[in-house]
Amino acid sequence: MHVTSPVREPLVQGGKTYADVTEDICRHVEGAPTKEWKIAFGISLLVLAYGSVCLAWTWWEGLGVWGLNKTVGWAWDITNFVWWVGIGHAGTLISAILLLFRQKWRTSINRAAEAMTIFAVICAASFILMHMGRPWMAYWALPLPNVFGSLWVNFNSPLVWDVFAISTYFSVSLVFWYIGLIPDLATIRDRATSKVSKFMYGTFAMGWDGSAKTWARYEYISLILAGLSTPLVLSVHTIVSMDFATSVIPGWHTTIFPPYFVAGAIFSGFAMVQNLMLITRVVYRLEDYITLEHIETMNKVITLTGSVVGVAYITEFFIAWYSGVEYEYYAFFNRMTGPYWWAYWAMMTCNVISPQLFWSRKLRRSITFTFFISVVVNIGMWFERFVIIVTSLHRDYVPSSWSMFSPTRYDIGDYIFSFGLFFTLFLLFSKYLPVVNMAEVKAVIRSTSANLPKKIGGVAKVRHQGVAEPSYNKDKE
Amino acid sequence: MAELTGKYLVGVYDDDDTVLHAVPRLRKAGVKIKEVYSPFPIHGLDEALGHPRTRIGIAAFMFGVTGCCVALTLMIWTMGIDWPMIIGGKDHISLPNYIPITFELTVLFTAFGMVITFFISNGLSPAAHNHKRFDVRSTDNKFVMAIDMGRNSLSEEEISRALRDSGAEEVNIKQF
Repeated sequence: MHVTSPVREPLVQGGKTYADVTEDICRHVEGAPTKEWKIAFGISLLVLAYGSVCLAWTWWEGLGVWGLNKTVGWAWDITNFVWWVGIGHAGTLISAILLLFRQKWRTSINRAAEAMTIFAVICAASFILMHMGRPWMAYWALPLPNVFGSLWVNFNSPLVWDVFAISTYFSVSLVFWYIGLIPDLATIRDRATSKVSKFMYGTFAMGWDGSAKTWARYEYISLILAGLSTPLVLSVHTIVSMDFATSVIPGWHTTIFPPYFVAGAIFSGFAMVQNLMLITRVVYRLEDYITLEHIETMNKVITLTGSVVGVAYITEFFIAWYSGVEYEYYAFFNRMTGPYWWAYWAMMTCNVISPQLFWSRKLRRSITFTFFISVVVNIGMWFERFVIIVTSLHRDYVPSSWSMFSPTRYDIGDYIFSFGLFFTLFLLFSKYLPVVNMAEVKAVIRSTSANLPKKIGGVAKVRHQGVAEPSYNKDKE
Repeated sequence: MAELTGKYLVGVYDDDDTVLHAVPRLRKAGVKIKEVYSPFPIHGLDEALGHPRTRIGIAAFMFGVTGCCVALTLMIWTMGIDWPMIIGGKDHISLPNYIPITFELTVLFTAFGMVITFFISNGLSPAAHNHKRFDVRSTDNKFVMAIDMGRNSLSEEEISRALRDSGAEEVNIKQF
């Protein structure tokens, strides 16, 4: 209903009308690409090109070009994979879980966050293909009878679960994102002046007309998709964590992994959303839509999930000691004081200490500080995966096979490839599609707009008593 | 959508509350409303128009059951019947290990089945991009009510007056 507590700041500022929303959001889609966009896109393409050369050499020559050895068989590839999948959790969390919780602030950021999710999952999937070494054999992960007999993939293996989880997550997120885009594509179609854009946006808008019947069904399926995506988004990182947890490597074989990984995923995903939104809101002048209130709310989520992650680190360490298993104990002792101590302490500083600074209201409402901490959190979360993977592997049961891992230029180059891919896709999205969900924002501006009288209940009465003339909105026009 | 023919009266409103309150008033006055088009969902509008509740949830459930059955059949047949192997000392058919994939396929089938049903039931398709519209401003900031003159017994002036009384800022005639 159209009532909001006066203690809350309006979600959208500047007293926007429906037409203003359309105008503000469509502006960057309809205008010619700006110089800044072209420069950013050019840089992304260069980065992508450099990464592609490294990747091509990796595939041509084989995984021997990486710094792997017989003790450390997983390193940057899986670190990067888990890192990107983790980042890819925020979008669907924002659009699905926050929809179920009726958190209206999600409406300004869900479109861009979901796009980020999709691109991050694409980057993650590219590392799965990379670490196979022979990516043309990727279909072997699917349940197809193989040509040497009717042997099937092993459905007891978490690696096969992962194939299903990631592909389901990717395709369902894509569908959810596209469903949300259709009404906005129709808006752009109806405003388009050139034949090409009318045809392109018209084709993807699929003849959307916004009839009451369509909207009713749309809302219904959005709710079901949110209900499906909520356990889905939690299942994905749970299953990723099982890739580790079901093995018997000390440091991996722990039951705490699923919740710990999910919290870490949300943590890093929100940090990445912050990074992208802080830039997007300035470049596209969306300060009225993505307000300080949004930034502050996301910082609160970062603090919460960062604290969960911190508790998980400490619990893990306690259990390693309390279990009395000397291998388990050594794995954690080695993380803290072994040759990779700097990675462990980088992780602890970035992930456990830095988000606690957001308890200060002044800091969590500071844009510069938020941007800085978001970068720090993403660095910390990369180190978390590095610590879990490399530090647990490099000193295994037999001291004679202990070794160190150091990345080669191809490890680094393949990581750079994923950045090039991510930013190229995100820049294309931000130019050709509306970065804010117009239909959803229009639906919330009435209940939150600064135009509303600051009187509790004054607005709600209008609808409840069935008075036909809503006078409170007339002076706006 | 594509089959629109004949003469329509089109009431244009500039506020979602106005149009929501106009619908029961017009229906009481005996006007048969074809449909209301809006830039965002208006809660309660479909009920006010007398549209039946959508049954797409039932379809979604059926797709979900299908996905669940497909997943279990696939895994039980391949692991337990076609090529049984002992893995990790577990039973050939060990259901706890099948839970993740059963869940994923249930979600996958539900989501895709439901969305495809949604497209079909609303006539949404890439080929429908140039269908007839009453007023293109309904995807921007206007709320557009269409009244099929062929299905109304009231005269044009009567309906037009009723539309204006209910808060419409414009009343246009659209002939297809």
